[in-house]
Amino acid sequence: MADTITVNGTAYPMPDDPRVSLLDFLRQHIGLTGTKKGCDHGQCGACTVIVNGIRINSCLTLAAMHDGDSVTTIEGLGTPEEPSALQRAFLEHDGFQCGYCTPGQICSATAMLEELAADWPSDASESLEGRIAISGEEIRERMSGNLCRCGAYANIVAAIEEVAGGGRS
Amino acid sequence: MRPFQYTRAPSLAEASDMTAGEDTLAIAGGTNLLDLMKLQVETPGQLADINRLGIADVEDTDDGGLRLGALATNTETAVHQRVRADYPVLSRAILAGATQQLRNKATNGGNLCQRTRCFYFTNIDQPCNKREPGTGCGAIDGIAKLHAVLGTSDQCIATYPGDMAVALSALGATVQISGDKGERSVPVRDFHLLPGDTPWIENVLEAGEIITGITLPPPVGGTQIYRKVRERSSYAFALVSVAAIVELKDGKFSRADLAFGGLAHKPWHDPRVGEALLGQPPSDALFDKAANILLEDARGFGENDFKIPLTRRTLHAVLVQATEKAA
Ligand SMILES: Cc1cc2nc3c(=O)[nH]c(=O)nc-3n(C[C@H](O)[C@H](O)[C@H](O)COP(=O)(O)OP(=O)(O)OC[C@H]3O[C@@H](n4cnc5c(N)ncnc54)[C@H](O)[C@@H]3O)c2cc1C
Ligand code: SF4
Ligand code: FES
Ligand code: FES
Repeated sequence: MADTITVNGTAYPMPDDPRVSLLDFLRQHIGLTGTKKGCDHGQCGACTVIVNGIRINSCLTLAAMHDGDSVTTIEGLGTPEEPSALQRAFLEHDGFQCGYCTPGQICSATAMLEELAADWPSDASESLEGRIAISGEEIRERMSGNLCRCGAYANIVAAIEEVAGGGRS
Repeated sequence: MRPFQYTRAPSLAEASDMTAGEDTLAIAGGTNLLDLMKLQVETPGQLADINRLGIADVEDTDDGGLRLGALATNTETAVHQRVRADYPVLSRAILAGATQQLRNKATNGGNLCQRTRCFYFTNIDQPCNKREPGTGCGAIDGIAKLHAVLGTSDQCIATYPGDMAVALSALGATVQISGDKGERSVPVRDFHLLPGDTPWIENVLEAGEIITGITLPPPVGGTQIYRKVRERSSYAFALVSVAAIVELKDGKFSRADLAFGGLAHKPWHDPRVGEALLGQPPSDALFDKAANILLEDARGFGENDFKIPLTRRTLHAVLVQATEKAA
């Protein structure tokens, strides 16, 4: 059993108290406050991070259950000087207003692009098999776990659509 | 959250030993349990982590069916090639639930055992016979929009909220359970219980029993549909849902396996509904007859009266869609 959690490439010791959620671990124990707490109950997506390549709500999981895991947060995706493709697209498309939901939106969308590449179907997919046709409807369904109180949805979808469309043959 | 001890169960047998004690709960994905622990609806003194016990695979069975590990995630199950190809109603039901983030963490076993979304159950300042036996049921004369119209009791009118189990019920799947008395299998249709006088007992699991897997029978083909009606088009629990596996031969129903979500304390399967369709050509009158049988004993509690006509219309729409596809 590993006694560390790796976050954005750096290994950190596990918390002592098992009650610590992965979200509180990131924000309060190791000072990575990019990941946000909206509801703390799995209802908003502000806390979305990528664990071993898979997006999850960090509020509904215990840090203690993630020894040996590799976590990527918004801080690990890019820097102001070198933003990721999605970070740049969110800027170009005004994909936010207050910005509170944005780290969760971008982590979620980052993992979603991998799911699309693997042709995982969604509730909006016409067929369960074959290649997924990228559409606004697909993106909205796949991003429905990330709420935005400012209602920046149109621009969020536009930003993601640009990046998603670009890489597709 | 109340303080608790966290232990990773080293083996299935030890997980059973640990959870046989009153104060210990198994934790899988945690998406339901941790939510309820934050609300102090659940206050276990110990959590037994049952991840990493080697019961997370999805594998073929000898008879051509499929075994879904209890700790396989909802996502792993919904996107599995064989589930998509042979049991599409199951993929569809899972994909209609929660969000990608939640499904990525939610496990098949946890999904079966998820607790009701009754607002009184999740608010510890309210009366609730399920959470605190003998305190009364807040919902019966209160906010009951999500609540049951079939199989209720004067003690509790809560619904089982999940989607996956509704498809499993239509498919006739079985649940594999392991405990100190050994292994047993229970049909999904018999796994959840009606509230009766003991609404806190929600399924057949006894202390120390762990779900290890769910077995799907060999594929039956047919037209498979999962239709979920909810208050927004994504990220909401079902008001009413229908899982349907339908086949027509010579213009008549040769298969009609139907199960319903959002109506009761369990996924609702009434064999008489499908039987009424068998051997008959599809027609509005026939669909009405099926709905009449299904809803014969339905009873609303004011706020949820709408579920009765909504179920009728949803069943009708599903049967129209299924017979058009199958014809
Ligand atoms: C905002 C939100 C929206 C949601 N929307 C939907 C929806 O639309 N449709 C839907 O179906 N679900 C929905 N869900 C519920 C979600 O699907 C469940 O929380 C999830 O499936 C539970 O699985 P888990 O592995 O996280 O369970 P856990 O939270 O780990 O456990 C839940 C319960 O099951 C017990 N348990 C877990 N595994 C086993 C086992 N193998 N053997 C015995 N007992 C076990 C635990 O002790 C606990 O009591 C939603 C959840 C949230 C938070
Ligand atoms: S419906 Fe059941 S869960 Fe809801 S308040 Fe009544 S007893 Fe509790
Ligand atoms: S903070 Fe985790 S989903 Fe809202
Ligand atoms: S930008 Fe304000 S919540 Fe989304």
